[in-house]
Formats: sequence, C-alpha cells, structure tokens
Amino acid sequence: MNATEPRARVTRPGRRRAGLAGTSVAAGLGALASALAVGGWTLSATVFGGLDTSYPVAPTLAAGAAIGALLAHWRGERDSPVLAVLAVALGVAGAWLGWSGGRPLGGIAVRPWWGVASALVSMALAAHLTRYGLRGMALSRLGRVELETLLLRIVRAAGFTFFSVIVVFPFYFMVASSLKSRAEMLQRPTFLGVDLRQRLADLLVGYREVLTTFHFGRFILNSTLVAVVTVAITLVLAILGAYAVTRLRFRGRELLSRSILLIYMFPAIVLVVPLYSVFTQLGLRDTLPGLLIVYPATTLPVALYMLRSYFRTLPSDLEEAGLIDGCSRLGVIWRVTLPLSLPALASVGLYVFMIAWNEFLFAFMFLDSPAIFTLSRGMVSLNSQEVPRQFLMAGAVIVTVPIMILFFWFERYLVAGLTAGGVKG
Amino acid sequence: MKRARKTTLAAREARLAFWMLAPTFLIVFAIVLFPVAANLWISVKPVTLADLRPPRPVVRLRVLQPATIEGEQLVLRYQMRNSSQSVQVTQVALFDVLPAGLIPVDLDPRCAFVAPRLRCDLGTWQGGERQNLDLRFLATAGFVRADAREPWGEHTAIRGRAPNVLTNLRFTLANFRTVLAGAEFLPALWVTLAYTLFGTIGSILLGLFAAQLLNAPFAGKGLLRGLFLFPYVAPVIAVAFTWAFLLDPLSGTVNALGVRFGLLGQAVAFLSQRSLEVHLLGLRVAVPLALSTVIAFEAWRYFPFAFLFILARFQAIPRDMYEAAQVDGASPLQQFWFITLPQLVGILSTLFLLRFIWTFNKFDDVFLLTGGAAGTKTLTVQVYDQAFALADLGAGAAVAVTLFVILAAFMVVYFRYAPEGAA
Repeated sequence: MNATEPRARVTRPGRRRAGLAGTSVAAGLGALASALAVGGWTLSATVFGGLDTSYPVAPTLAAGAAIGALLAHWRGERDSPVLAVLAVALGVAGAWLGWSGGRPLGGIAVRPWWGVASALVSMALAAHLTRYGLRGMALSRLGRVELETLLLRIVRAAGFTFFSVIVVFPFYFMVASSLKSRAEMLQRPTFLGVDLRQRLADLLVGYREVLTTFHFGRFILNSTLVAVVTVAITLVLAILGAYAVTRLRFRGRELLSRSILLIYMFPAIVLVVPLYSVFTQLGLRDTLPGLLIVYPATTLPVALYMLRSYFRTLPSDLEEAGLIDGCSRLGVIWRVTLPLSLPALASVGLYVFMIAWNEFLFAFMFLDSPAIFTLSRGMVSLNSQEVPRQFLMAGAVIVTVPIMILFFWFERYLVAGLTAGGVKG
Repeated sequence: MKRARKTTLAAREARLAFWMLAPTFLIVFAIVLFPVAANLWISVKPVTLADLRPPRPVVRLRVLQPATIEGEQLVLRYQMRNSSQSVQVTQVALFDVLPAGLIPVDLDPRCAFVAPRLRCDLGTWQGGERQNLDLRFLATAGFVRADAREPWGEHTAIRGRAPNVLTNLRFTLANFRTVLAGAEFLPALWVTLAYTLFGTIGSILLGLFAAQLLNAPFAGKGLLRGLFLFPYVAPVIAVAFTWAFLLDPLSGTVNALGVRFGLLGQAVAFLSQRSLEVHLLGLRVAVPLALSTVIAFEAWRYFPFAFLFILARFQAIPRDMYEAAQVDGASPLQQFWFITLPQLVGILSTLFLLRFIWTFNKFDDVFLLTGGAAGTKTLTVQVYDQAFALADLGAGAAVAVTLFVILAAFMVVYFRYAPEGAA
C-alpha cells in the first residue's frame, strides 16, 4: 500500500516455471481481475447502454482463473508481452463464447456481435489487469513480501474502483435523472443513458421549468448576492482582525487567538432557536440583511484563523519600513500586507463563498418570501409531491454546477483553504 | 521620559487592535455567544412559536351608515379584538384621523374628539376579547367626503401593552421535565451517539484509504484528487436529494440494480424502513436500516475532509524511513503498521475530535434525508421538531441546552485524556 514498490529482484535470465503455488496465485488474481472487468462491463452496459445483461459469476471466475494460469505458465519470470496477453484473452473469450452459445453475459443478446464484443472487451481487460497485477513479480519464489505486495495491489485496484464509483455515480445520476421524465425512470430505473435523439427542448424541459416557473433564475441572483456580500464582509473584518492579532501587541492576544477556533464548535442548531426568536421580534427574519448578519458570523472565526496563519509567515520588515516612511497602519495593510497575501485572500474568499452558497439551515429557517429565496431554500420548495423529481434534480444540478466550476477553476486555492482552515463541516 | 513614551505607544497599539477587532467581536457576540446564553434563558421559559408575535389589539373600520350630504348622520364601527387568545393586553388605545366637517353625536365617554383627531382609551382586554365601538357623527357643511367608497380607516391605529414572554421574569423547569422525561429523549441520544461515532469512524477510515490510494505519483492524480473532494464541496441539499432519489424503492437506480443482479431479494426502502433482518452465518440480525444509510451518507460526504488532511500528512513523512525499512526487509503491511500509522496518530486523533464534534452538531444531513423518521431522530433534529414542528420554542431550547452540555462534557473528557500531540 505504500508508495514505494519493492525493488524488482535481480533474476537470472531464462525461463523458470512458476510452480504450483505461483500458478494458483496467478489464477486467483486472474479470477479477481475478471470479476472486476466483467462486473464493470456489465454494469456499464446496463446503466449506460440500457442493455439486458446479467452477471454470470461462476463462468467469470473460471475464465479469469484460466487467464491467470495461462499467463503464469508462459510468462516465467518476465512480464508477458502485450501481444501474448491479448492472444490469451482472445483464446479464453473464444472458449467462453463457444461454451455459452454466443451469450457470455446471459440475458437476451440483442445482436450476435454484442455477445462477441462483450466477451472480447471484458476478457482483454481482465487479462491486462492480471498482467498489471503481476508486474515485476517473481512467481517462482513467492515470499511474504511478494504476497503482501500482490494483496495490496488487489486492494488498490478495488479501492480505485470503489472510490471512483461512489464519487462519480451519484453526480452522474443527478445529471442523468434531471434529463429523464418520471415515466422513463419508473419504466427502466436501471437505465441512466441519455437519449440524444430527442429534441433539445424536450431533453432540457426540467431546466426550463425550474428556471422560469419556479424562479430559479432569481434564486441564482439571490444566492450570488448573498455569497458575494458575505465574502466581502468576512474578508474586510477578518483582515483587520487577523492583522491585529498577528502584528499588534495587546493584553489577551494569546487567549484570543487560541479561542478563535472554539467558536467553531458551537452547533448551528443551538443558535437557531434564539436567533429565530430575536430576529422575528426585530423584524430581521425573512430579510436578506438578516441572513447577511448571520453568515459572516459563522465564517469569520475560521477566516480570521486562516489569515492569521498566513500573516504570520509574512516578514514584518516591509511593514515596519512602510510605517517608518510615514504610512498609517491601514495604509500599510492596504499597500504592503494585502498585495503580499493575495493567494491567501483567494483561498479564504473561495472557502467563504462556498460555505455561504451551500448554507442550508439558516436560509431554510429564516426565509419565507419566494422573492428573496436563496438556491438552497428554493430547492426545499421543489421537494414536494406535486413537483416531478426530474425538476428537483434539475434544481440540484443548478445549485451544484456553479460551485463545481469554481472549484475546478481554483482548485489549488480551494484545497489550500480547506487544509489551512479545516472547513466547518 | 523614554519609558512614558513607550507606554503611550503600547497603549495606542492596544487601542488600535481593539478597534480592528471590535467588529468581529460584535458580530460574534451577537450571533454566537449571545444566542447560546439566550438559549439557556428561553429553555426555562414557557415560550411557544406563537408568542413570538406579541399579543396586540387589532382593529377594522366599517362604515355602517354613510353620509353624503350636509345634515346626514355618519355611523362608523370599529371592530376590535385581542390577537392573543390567552394573554391580556393593557392600556388599549384607539387612534384615528377623521375627515373635516364632522361633529360627534353622543360621543362614547371613553373617547375624546378634537377635530380631526379621535382618541379612545379602552382599558384592559382579556385574552380573546372582542369589542365593537359604534360612533355617530353629524355631517356639516365642511364635510367633503361625499363618496362613501372613499377609503376609510387609513389613519386608524390601535395600540396596547402586552407582556413579552421573552423578557418577563417568570421561569419554569417544565421544558426540561417534558424533554428529559419524554419517551423520545433517550432513543434520540443513542441514535445521536451511534450516528456520530460510526459516521466519524467511517469518514476517517474512508479518508485514510483514499489518501493511501493517492499517496503515489501517477498520471491523473490531480484529477482524482479533485473528484474525491466532490461530495464535500457540493451543496448538501443537492447531494441529499440525489441520494434520496437514488435509493428510492420504486424508481431508484440502486434498488433496481440490486434486484437485477441478485444482491437484493426485493426493493428496500433504505431511508424509510426502520430495521431490516439480515441472515448472517445462520443468525438473524436486525440492522437499523435507515440509521445505517444515514451513517453511510455521513461517511461518504465527509471522507474528503479526512482525506485531505491525511494526504497532507503523508507528504510530510520522510521517504528514507521507508527505504531503510525495505533494506531491513520489512513487508509493505509492516511498513504501514510500524511507520505510517505511528506518524498518523496525531492527525487521526485531531480529525476524530473535529469530526466527532461536527457530526454531533450536524442537522442538515439527517433532516434532509429522512426528516428524523424511521429511527434516525438525532438530538439536533429533535431541537427542530420541538421548537418548530411542535411550535414549542421552550422545549426546543431545552433540548439544545442538553445537547450543548453533552458536547461540552465530551470536550472536557477528550482534552483531559487525549493522546499527546492531538488538538
């Protein structure tokens, strides 16, 4: 599992038999590789192709074991050449095709070439995975290190598959189901391919409805306004505060800078009941200014903390030079400190933007008038029996896409911000 | 001389620091510290959601008999009531500004009319009290309002004094009695603990695994790292609804795939079924299904957080430690166990503390996924239920205070017994 693989052992040239142990290990690896390859292929055929396939476990494992054993037999101590791997895959695929009568994946093969393609692709994949799993390994001498390395390679492959699926699949599902009507989803819930033959207007009906009938266009503006103003307020206050904490001497400074993050541990739900009461009586509930008081308060502590950590890394000589030259403190902050800390400001700003954009609880509790809904609050109003799920998912895509674009655009800054601050979760 | 100058400089610096920190202090006090104190206050008061709008008299004006020309009589009826059904309102006073040219006829003794202003002092009203006040006026030559449909009552106002339940000094422990003795409290506590503990452990384990995977240089690593952060960066409302739809028993893809490939005997309502019997090695085990799903969501959504921190820590482990271990013949698992893990203890326990506290405080996720149904009601959801669904703010605040006390207790215990280097 570690980054460094064991160094390839120096082996004598020439072929040495893999032996019974080596062959069985390779066969086991092949079986697992085949299970992964066939599983991935069947799953994508079902989900993206809408095809009626099944997952024949025993033949899959048998074919994989055959591949593993054959590769072990021929490879000796060296990695098999790619062409040999493909030949083995071709042979096993042919055998499987013949044995299953042209339907290796069971079910109803739509066309004969489909069965052939399935067997070839999945077996080639399985064979290649097996080869990759055995790379640089001496099968004739399997010790603890080799076995563990092999085990870790298997775990890694499983891990990559697992994480890719759990991370990508829900988001793919979000997009795909925003393009499908309720009838389509009920009829074939396993099919998530997008039928591109229909008219674009029909495909995007969910988005059109959500943006017009359900006023998401306005909610986007509201969310943007709220997030941008929150970022501005937070940055201004956090810059002043962080500068004071790092550069100025005053009593209680240590205590203060240590207790900043403690604020972070306060549950939002505990704040909601009294804030709801007080804001209702003050007439601040159901107003955007009300929200704009709460949001900076929840982001300020961590923004201050992050900026403080950054300011500490800046040399204070430049600032002192500025002070001696007759600049005021604010002038020094504006002319010297801020230009030096642009990357940190970007990190903090993006991070605060993300929190404000994603915020749900306070928007949900405070906002009643659709005219000032943020996107999160607007989503709640979509979540009802009368509104098709398709629209809800279109709304989800609309909420998610801006933050994702921002994230990928500025990933470097955002990751820096996340790690520096330890985002409130 | 020199010394005095120095102190003034220091004082000036401290004053400047004060002014630079003042806005932050103000906003944090107003929105974080004050509410925590206010919560304590509300939790010992019998406050319901309806009390937030303080009781007040309301008035409607009707023209019973319009006057159009000189000499006719105009009759106005003020229909008034106390908006609260239970709380009395004192010093009720009605105000109005009437058109010119009206002379009162048999003016009610409680009223005084100094043209054009009318004022009536109506005394104390019990909860739910209604009163009608009919006033008769004679139109004179100066009366200009000929059209009876002219808007009347635009200057009509009524005022009264009512006690504000939030600010009076009556206290009660009834809220805590209801909450702590209620049948819901203990189950909610256990659910919260299970959710917090397993959600935290799950997210950290997943994060550790993911960080291990990406702790080696390979093509596409940056892209994968970005992808792995998706669940964490995406808005909770979008991913929660996506999960709910994905796991739907009727049209959800996960159920359909599970049934299709024989993993599930039949469609399972992951988010609305309290428990599921699983046959394991001949044993029948009842798995709390909805709670497990919510925990899985928690682990899924927050593993990127642990992932980022652990990955950053990995990069800081010196490479030569592994090289030395390899020379000594350590196997990969031994390297992980004896080199990597000890280096991670600090970050893992910090992560555990942070994630534990934040998961304990978490409201959005469970609320959006299940609304607290099917055995997933955590304490935070109970705060919401009591305060807003049942409209009993006092009881909600009592749950919130309890939650806060438990949290504080955890933190004290943790900081006392935490391993070295944590926090």
